[in-house]
Amino acid sequence: MVQGLQSIAFEQSPYIVSSASVVGKKEGEGPLGKMFDMVETENLFGEKTWEAAESTMQKEACILAMGKAHIEKEDVRFLFGGDLLRQGIATSLGVEGFKIPMFGLFGACSTSGEALALAAMSVGAGYGDYMLAVTSSHFGSAEKEFRFPLSYANQRPLSAQWTVTASGAFLVGKKRSHVRITGITVGKIVDYGLKDSQNMGACMAPAAADTIETHMKDFGRTPEDYSRIITGDLGYVGQSILFDLMRGKEIDIKKNHIDCGMMIFDQNKQDTHAGGSGCGCAASVLSAYVLPKLERGEWKKVLFVPTGALMSTVSFNEGASVPGIAHGIVLEHC
Amino acid sequence: MDRKKQQEAYENYVKQKTPVHNLPANMTKAFITGGLICIIGQAVLNYCEKLGLDKDISGGWTSMVLILLSVVLTGLNIYPRIAKWGGAGALVPITGFANSVAAPAIEFQKEGQVMGIGCKIFTIAGPVILYGIFTSWVLGFLYWIGKIAGLIG
Repeated sequence: MVQGLQSIAFEQSPYIVSSASVVGKKEGEGPLGKMFDMVETENLFGEKTWEAAESTMQKEACILAMGKAHIEKEDVRFLFGGDLLRQGIATSLGVEGFKIPMFGLFGACSTSGEALALAAMSVGAGYGDYMLAVTSSHFGSAEKEFRFPLSYANQRPLSAQWTVTASGAFLVGKKRSHVRITGITVGKIVDYGLKDSQNMGACMAPAAADTIETHMKDFGRTPEDYSRIITGDLGYVGQSILFDLMRGKEIDIKKNHIDCGMMIFDQNKQDTHAGGSGCGCAASVLSAYVLPKLERGEWKKVLFVPTGALMSTVSFNEGASVPGIAHGIVLEHC
Repeated sequence: MDRKKQQEAYENYVKQKTPVHNLPANMTKAFITGGLICIIGQAVLNYCEKLGLDKDISGGWTSMVLILLSVVLTGLNIYPRIAKWGGAGALVPITGFANSVAAPAIEFQKEGQVMGIGCKIFTIAGPVILYGIFTSWVLGFLYWIGKIAGLIG
């Protein structure tokens, strides 16, 4: 059912039947390390290149998610997946072997939200019993694509974030589980004209603020209706800006806001500056940390808002700003 | 126009909100790191001269030894750590330049000898080489004009 300006409230809410997270070494050493399904101690995941490693990570996450639900790949109707690399090659090569009809997505670090929204819409509309939503990011491939070769000597600014090496896969379907997606708010591109790609939190915070505000209006809710409001990877800088922006909109989310990018690493011990980022950041934290809490009923209802900085290296060099986007997914215990 | 002002206001606000490295601390570290690299260079130079090599050849040996050191340390992933601490002190000397050539060579080697290493080895150092040579050409040209005009002896 259409809800407000940008949202959908599902009449038949699809379930998150199962999910899986696969992460790299540094993430495994972080505060959430023990919660992930699979921690690889070697960041190449047995492959020769970072890109192939990322594909392997995505493949493993999908296999784990389907395995947990005892669902065969033939039972999955559509796959929605994306990553940070050019032309989404990590996804294409990663899910190739499954032969599941697929849609390749790009939403930068908000891709998990985009994939979940589309998967939920497809299940809700009755276009299939099971959909797979998957996304990933890899420190090595992302640094190479967006910044510098790994062994290049430079000093990262304190506002820079650390791309998370992780993949998260979610099986959305009609089969009953303890978490369901009851609504979504699709974000629009919000661009405050910032050009600093080393300060992505500040580029994305306005988009997160816009989506959260629209969501509350569309559903007639307040932040108190949620156990947690969980943004994807705003990091420390982005969070403080989000709080300021929300205060301007007279919505107080300070009490129940958490950010995946701030949780995945230990800022002091792991030298990650402003926090984690990347598609895999929000996806793996959602799978490993948020969903179990919802399943147990510890949290009743959360708003998951993965945020993306939609930059390209070309547009950046040409002096264009970094547009932001954020999608809202309502997850409820049932 | 209004939009532009809003963007500027946001940019300034973000600038305030964003933590930055401590400048005096960074400068001190850069001074120590850069100084140490120069001391190593001086030691090599002195040693070469002691062996009886002439000044130019000693200078050449010094550069080569420093470049070799930097490339080896880059391969062992130690040089990035030095630069993380030492900042510009590690980037500005010839060792930083060597690192900026070695690092892409390592990273892009997987993309092949031609399209990988060949095309991308100078992605970081390229601008320095281009504008360095261009600047020296301009200065040379000015010097030549000055000489003809009798301004330079």
